[in-house]
Amino acid sequence: MLRATHKTGLVFFPAFDWAIDPTHPEREERLLYTQDQVFEEGLLDIDGIVELKSDLVTIKDIQRVHFCVPDPWAVITESHLISAGGAKTIGMAVLDGTIERGFALVRPPGHHANRVVHGARGFCNINIEAIMIEYLRRAYGIDRVAIVDTDCHHGDGTQDIYWHDPDTLFISIHQDGRTLYPGSGFLNEFGGPNACGTTINLPLPPETCDEGFLYAIEKVVLPILDEFKPQLIINSAGQDNHYSDPITNMSFSARGYAQLTSLLKADIAVLEGGYAIEGALPYVNAGIIMAMAGLDYSHLREPDYNPDRLRQDADVTRTIEKTCNYALEIWRKRSSIIHTVRQKSGCAERQRQIFYDTDNILETQQEQIRICDDCAGALRIDSVSDRGVRILGVQVPRKACQACIDQARHWYEDADRNVYRHIFLQDRVKDQYLERKI
Amino acid sequence: MIIGLDVGGTHTDAVLFGSHGLARDVKVPTDPDNLYETVLTALDRLLENQKARDVKRLVLSTTLATNMVVQNTLPPVAMVVSGGPGIDPEHFRVGEHYYVVPGALDHSGREIEPLDEAQVKEIGEKIRAAGLPYVGVVSKFSVRNPTHELRLAEVLAPFVERVFMGHPLSGVLSFPRRIATTYLNAAVFPVHRDFFSAVQETLAKKGIGVPIRILKPDGGNMNMASSLTYPAQTILSGPSASVMGAIAFAPQDRCCLVLDIGGTTTDMAVILDGAPVLAAGGIEIGPYKTLIRALQTRSIGVGGDSVVRVRDGRISIGPDRLGRALAYGGPLPTPTDAFCVLGMADGGDRERAEKGLLPIAEALQTSVTEAAERVFTEACREILAAAQQMVNDINSRPLYTVHEMHEGVRIQPDQLLVLGGPARQFADRLSSLFPGQVRTVPHWHVANAIGCALARTTCEVTVYADTARQVVTAQGEGYHEKIPSGFELKNIREVALDLVRKKALARGANPEFVQTEVIEEAQFNMVRGFYTVGKNIRVRAQVKPGLIHGYDPVSETLNRSDL
Ligand SMILES: [Zn+2]
Ligand SMILES: [Zn+2]
Ligand SMILES: [Zn+2]
Repeated sequence: MLRATHKTGLVFFPAFDWAIDPTHPEREERLLYTQDQVFEEGLLDIDGIVELKSDLVTIKDIQRVHFCVPDPWAVITESHLISAGGAKTIGMAVLDGTIERGFALVRPPGHHANRVVHGARGFCNINIEAIMIEYLRRAYGIDRVAIVDTDCHHGDGTQDIYWHDPDTLFISIHQDGRTLYPGSGFLNEFGGPNACGTTINLPLPPETCDEGFLYAIEKVVLPILDEFKPQLIINSAGQDNHYSDPITNMSFSARGYAQLTSLLKADIAVLEGGYAIEGALPYVNAGIIMAMAGLDYSHLREPDYNPDRLRQDADVTRTIEKTCNYALEIWRKRSSIIHTVRQKSGCAERQRQIFYDTDNILETQQEQIRICDDCAGALRIDSVSDRGVRILGVQVPRKACQACIDQARHWYEDADRNVYRHIFLQDRVKDQYLERKI
Repeated sequence: MIIGLDVGGTHTDAVLFGSHGLARDVKVPTDPDNLYETVLTALDRLLENQKARDVKRLVLSTTLATNMVVQNTLPPVAMVVSGGPGIDPEHFRVGEHYYVVPGALDHSGREIEPLDEAQVKEIGEKIRAAGLPYVGVVSKFSVRNPTHELRLAEVLAPFVERVFMGHPLSGVLSFPRRIATTYLNAAVFPVHRDFFSAVQETLAKKGIGVPIRILKPDGGNMNMASSLTYPAQTILSGPSASVMGAIAFAPQDRCCLVLDIGGTTTDMAVILDGAPVLAAGGIEIGPYKTLIRALQTRSIGVGGDSVVRVRDGRISIGPDRLGRALAYGGPLPTPTDAFCVLGMADGGDRERAEKGLLPIAEALQTSVTEAAERVFTEACREILAAAQQMVNDINSRPLYTVHEMHEGVRIQPDQLLVLGGPARQFADRLSSLFPGQVRTVPHWHVANAIGCALARTTCEVTVYADTARQVVTAQGEGYHEKIPSGFELKNIREVALDLVRKKALARGANPEFVQTEVIEEAQFNMVRGFYTVGKNIRVRAQVKPGLIHGYDPVSETLNRSDL
């Protein structure tokens, strides 16, 4: 009889009644055929695979991660609470030991949602992985976490949230930002002045095949994970690298995704993008589930799978090798890079504009981080959208040192009420979220 | 008049039910090696001095098929399956004569690999050479497109007596369960046919001409003719008989827990707003996970005759039964002996019961009476704990839409309906432990047979429409039609309700009283390249399990001139 060698939990929440709009790629139908395939294969009946009922996240769970403008209710729907809740349910089951690994097959996705949320970007409103991770840190005392984002789009939201966190390793493998939304995720984005090297980007050229992806995983991702020694590995399992995906240009197959999953051995996978809903998703998702559970997936293939047509160009291979070597070098030299990044002591600043493509909002951000060797650093974000709402978000990081706590308090209490519509303090030490009232 | 007959593991109960209610009931011991004799003995005793031709309806629930599966006495049958990409179908092997052949369909029923008919013919030769009269054929996604199964059946037909296909059994997706269900159907068929034909013939000689109806695990019945196509749907019908016996007394607006307490086990189920809660998957029996629809039930090894022991200073009950209670000449102490000690039993040797409980009392360092009290309480506690577990299982079923999550109905029974042999004694103690009303079902000792007698004819259909391809199908019903591209959910709903009604009539339902309902429906826009090309519509409809029209639970009478 068929039996999973790793006890695997699934939360399946296809949100059959939620869409951005009727013909949007992120629509009701997206996981319909995946559900058909998963049910018909009988995956949920296999000994050692269990289906869990999704729990909801709370507003407090969201506020542990985000500054929502003006408040969480304004930027989310109930389906976001459920999809983040699906990830949280899997995370809790893994840490409770009721399952060894788990996959949150949920929608809507989250990896393009930044720390500040004025609306939806890249089909994402809130970052479901980050909400899960910060909950697990709070509830289970987890410290070091690695996120490997294998969605075809750069996981810019997750990168933003963990940019300054040296305890969270974020690796994103994606199609080169010069050729695809959101246009970021280059090699020189490797983390803020307190967390150099714990953000790693592997932009791969269009037409990268199974071979190229698996090369990046084996040559870069696995050695870095080995060295970083995370307590939890999370896979942002986007499936839009598939050769038939309508909005990207990569050449990854269902079997490639299954192999990637076997190599990565993630504790938790969370579904991200993937829009070839008929020809790819049913097979890719089945493959990921089978690989997580340790089942034989050698009989799995797409109806139109043709390995001969999915051979990688020599040019592509060379570019991938160069990218991988460069990324490894950044990782190895991360402690010396820190000194070049920290040109002056005190605080570092960055100014950015962020476009919310889904909701058509433009945000301008001024970010200040206290340079600190003792913690992740107090963070101050001054954010204004082109709809005229200006807010201040101040963060006390987890494990903050006293100097950073004082700095954050100071920023929060001294902010000018006449300038900002809202002044927020996200205190991860006290697990509090405050808004300063007049 | 109606006859209801329920063959149980130890007893067979039969009732005669007329316009004035329960006219007669009998209880005979079950001879598991000769169910035919058991059934006839019960019927003979029931019909003594009655006019056989007054019997207008006859519903049986037997352990025939269940026993064959549990005791592993299924005859060999051949299976031919085509899977295509996915899990290797070899993992779902049933029996020795299991053949995996090329041929594949995708999730929408499109062919992605053709059948190899020459190879199938060769397999046919082998099956004939092996002397196997029955073969089951199953292909993955056959409920979306039965072409491969139909063709397999056609090619194999010359080599065997009968071919059983997978797609008519259920519209639910699960290739492994479809294989197991088809296999059971083929394997159970000959014994089922012989048994019920014999019963039917014998009854005809006695003057009962109405066709036999057979109870199913979903609490409904089907007529003999339908049961020959779906014999496996008679497996595990026992628990549903009791639930149907209780259902008349369950209020329409509350959540009831039904406890059928027997000698060996206690079976439990939930009735929500007057309708039994159905299990999420199909029944599981022995090594087989099936697509056979069933009520959600749970069975635990705690009953009146379960063995009582003391382990590590604590009372433990069951799960084994080693004959009857001490008070009735059995070998070891049981909850029934506790009743006897406490003066709650009718009859039984109280002295023997007290003597038997003495070691239990000593181990617990207490008096025999106190030990009896504690045995009794512990039995009730274990039953309620198991019931709570079942309720939790129902509440933790995954939901797939925001709407369902929002509704988030959690069930919590606030009423207990108790039936079975020791129902009266247990109900008494349960009422001190259960936070709600506790009642015994009227005629609690034969309520299961009454449930058989009064159960409706049930069935379900699954309809699948694709307005881009302009087709609507209900594979199990052999229904495949063209539809206009403008068809919507409401049109498909009508198709489903119409089909389920026709199916119910074919299974023997009374055309004047068929109540159909939609149990699941969904409609999706199919978007290709940013344009909506059509709708993907899925509707499941059923005849809701329940009692036949005309039964009045208050007066316990039946107002039907035709019965
Ligand atoms: Zn990515
Ligand atoms: Zn993506
Ligand atoms: Zn600090």
